[in-house]
Amino acid sequence: MFRYIASRVLLLIPTFIGISFVAFIFIRLLPGDPVIALAGERGMTPERHQLLMEQFGFNRPIWEQYLSFLWNIFHGDFGTSIASKRAVLADFLTLFPATLELSICAMLFAVIIGIPAGIFAAVKRGSIFDQLSMGIALVGYSMPIFWWGILLIILFAGILHWTPVSGRMDLIYFFKPTTGFMLIDSLISGGKGAFKSAVSHLILPTIVLGTIPLAVIARQTRSAMLEVLGEDYVRTAKAKGLAQKRVIGVHALRNAMIPVITTIGLQMGLLMAGAILTETIFSWPGIGKWMIDAIAKRDYVVVQGGLMLVALIVMTVNLIVDLLYAVVNPRIRVK
Amino acid sequence: MNTYKKLLAATALAMLTGGLMAGGASAKTLVYCSEAAPGGFDPALYTGGETLDATGQAVFNKLVEFKPGKSEVEPALAESWTISDDGLQYTFKLRPGVKFQTTSYFTPTRDLNADDVVFSFERQKEGSPWAKYVDGASYEYFEGMDFPKLIKSVEKVDDLTVKITLTKPNAPMIANLAMDFSSIVSKEYADKLQADGTQQKFNEQPVGTGPFQFVDYQLNTAIRYEANPTFWKGKVKLDNLIFAVTPDAAVRVQKLKAGECQLTIYPDPADVEGLKADSNLTVMQESGLNVSTLAYNTTQAPFDKAEVRKALNMAIDKKAIVDAVYLGQGTPAINPIPPTMWSYNKSIKDDEYNPEAAKAALEKAGVKDLSLKIWAMPVVRPYMPNGRRTAELLQSDFAKVGVKVEIVSYDWQEYLKRASDPKHDGAVIIGWTGDNGDPDNFLATLLSCQAVGSSNRAAWCNQEFTDLINKAAVTSDVAERTKLYEEAQAVFKREAPWATLAHSLVTTAMNKSVSGYVPSAFGVHNFENVDIAE
Repeated sequence: MFRYIASRVLLLIPTFIGISFVAFIFIRLLPGDPVIALAGERGMTPERHQLLMEQFGFNRPIWEQYLSFLWNIFHGDFGTSIASKRAVLADFLTLFPATLELSICAMLFAVIIGIPAGIFAAVKRGSIFDQLSMGIALVGYSMPIFWWGILLIILFAGILHWTPVSGRMDLIYFFKPTTGFMLIDSLISGGKGAFKSAVSHLILPTIVLGTIPLAVIARQTRSAMLEVLGEDYVRTAKAKGLAQKRVIGVHALRNAMIPVITTIGLQMGLLMAGAILTETIFSWPGIGKWMIDAIAKRDYVVVQGGLMLVALIVMTVNLIVDLLYAVVNPRIRVK
Repeated sequence: MNTYKKLLAATALAMLTGGLMAGGASAKTLVYCSEAAPGGFDPALYTGGETLDATGQAVFNKLVEFKPGKSEVEPALAESWTISDDGLQYTFKLRPGVKFQTTSYFTPTRDLNADDVVFSFERQKEGSPWAKYVDGASYEYFEGMDFPKLIKSVEKVDDLTVKITLTKPNAPMIANLAMDFSSIVSKEYADKLQADGTQQKFNEQPVGTGPFQFVDYQLNTAIRYEANPTFWKGKVKLDNLIFAVTPDAAVRVQKLKAGECQLTIYPDPADVEGLKADSNLTVMQESGLNVSTLAYNTTQAPFDKAEVRKALNMAIDKKAIVDAVYLGQGTPAINPIPPTMWSYNKSIKDDEYNPEAAKAALEKAGVKDLSLKIWAMPVVRPYMPNGRRTAELLQSDFAKVGVKVEIVSYDWQEYLKRASDPKHDGAVIIGWTGDNGDPDNFLATLLSCQAVGSSNRAAWCNQEFTDLINKAAVTSDVAERTKLYEEAQAVFKREAPWATLAHSLVTTAMNKSVSGYVPSAFGVHNFENVDIAE
């Protein structure tokens, strides 16, 4: 097991360097530059432009910029935003909990509904429930997030007044964040009603962001279950006269979960893409919106630093998924 | 410690340590759904309106300020001023007894004086210890308004007198001093931060003399202010002001309707009818100090000929553009400056929309099989709701006179950069919102020879026009300047470097409980005179 973990961790180093290169190059391949954004429509004279490029160090040879970027991140310095003049790491740490909280809620929403729906659909294969739930899953998977978000806001916030429109917390509550997770902070220091407000603000974005993973997980669970339900050991278990609950809940489910866990891990990474739109619609102060704004402004420092930090996190999540995998499936760690 | 300070300290403590904000029966709180998060809290470091609203408008004052909703200036921190006969020396008498804000992070020991004013400008110069006080600091407005070249010195005469000496006369100077980058900051606060080695706080926790004082900023979420109890005009009517950052226009509308905020800006034109129909809301539509244009590249044949540009202008159905793109919330533009601006030349007639005449004029100019690239701007700006749709309408208008149009677009930063290059290919859809209400801010910035290569996207250098504009800039007599600008507009219309498209209406929507809000001509948002019914 130790060797397995060590090999996984060592593999992260070349991955990290590769990603750093991509993160660095990607934003520079896009046309435009960060300096021009500072002046807006007014524009600036070519001389002023040249001067600022020099001051920011963007006219140095590209490899030199890359090496100093690598050197700095290995020393924990992720730089300062060109547009806002704020430290990238500090902003990331402030904003990331919002994205993480929303992502976790969305994933829980997807898992809690998706897995049972998938199991049920597999067990009752061909039933109305199966066809209906898989039909809905297909619609959910194809749903444009932007449209879906606005639709839910108009219905639940605008017409029915069941939920707030956007934000993380009613603005009458005001407290300094302790953990950055609103559900926890509101309990620690929010006062009466704050936790309820945090929950109610989470509902719509959770549904919007969780819809696609829900659809994917439900479909994946269903097909994985169908596959294992046809296996010999399941037939044997049934033949032994075990209760159906036990056959499905223990023998089949445990094996079916392996691809589902992989899917969940991958979806967790993919949530970032959905988070960008969800955060914009729900005025959710997370890193998705932050990164997109930085790309639009060609804020090289924020884009490369932010991508590295996201990559670090995704890599850590993947590592954990790999290790969990090994715990769930002994064959992997033996290999 | 007097009672007031105790109360303030207690409030600040309660706010910082958690618990409910003073949301009780007597506190008047206005929540404003803003469109973007501020970059920071130093008004001189940024050019975006969202930052100017959060700093220069809410927290700071200038020597002179624009009258609410107007483009004329009135005394603010300067009670009065005199300009020397040669137009080079401006002497400002400061208002006595103006207090800087007392906040949880700074307690001033003295009133505003000339040192603060000198510091507010000196700090923005290259070489000042404050020129780079945060990584990447650059004072783009100071540069853009040409202050480094224009201002020779800012000197203290005595505690309440400041003398600004220019290198050449500059009539728009007073208007420039009313802009947010000219906000007067506290030197005492700056010195304290410098001594503590925490200069970056200058951009995080502002201290000004303005109507509201800063309480807290939750990154990309909300800015909280409270009324400045020592405000020199007297405490404002609101007790608390909150900016709720809400980037999506449709969501801002929903938040306003749901009562999550009481005032918002820039709704989608398509949502305006719905807002007007809501009996709880008031919708204000003011003609913005802006213009949208199609800037021909006047260095590129055959668009270097005025008669070709004039002919194309006759082919454009501006009314159709105002109806389809602005949904009626705008007016066709005749001159490069909006009609609400002084010196607007009313006697100028627009090129008549007449495809037949346009065709004939093109033939007369000897132009056949003309094709043209039109650049569609990829972003929504207050002056342009939909660049792509506008380009399509222009394409069909031009097709009617036999001109083939290819629509191109680039990412916004790239668009601005390429359009500034005089060698770019095609005509550019672009526009402008005024910074300070002075015609110079439109005509010199967008059309003078000196702006070719940056903000003059037509790359149009007409000596007659530029001479008029430059002469007006050094003339102090308003009647004389008006005449010069009127003449310049006539030259513009004759030469037609642009097709002027439209001046848009700027929409603000608010709850009926809100009163006293006056939309600014410059697209900034100020809550000094606002009240809210309980």
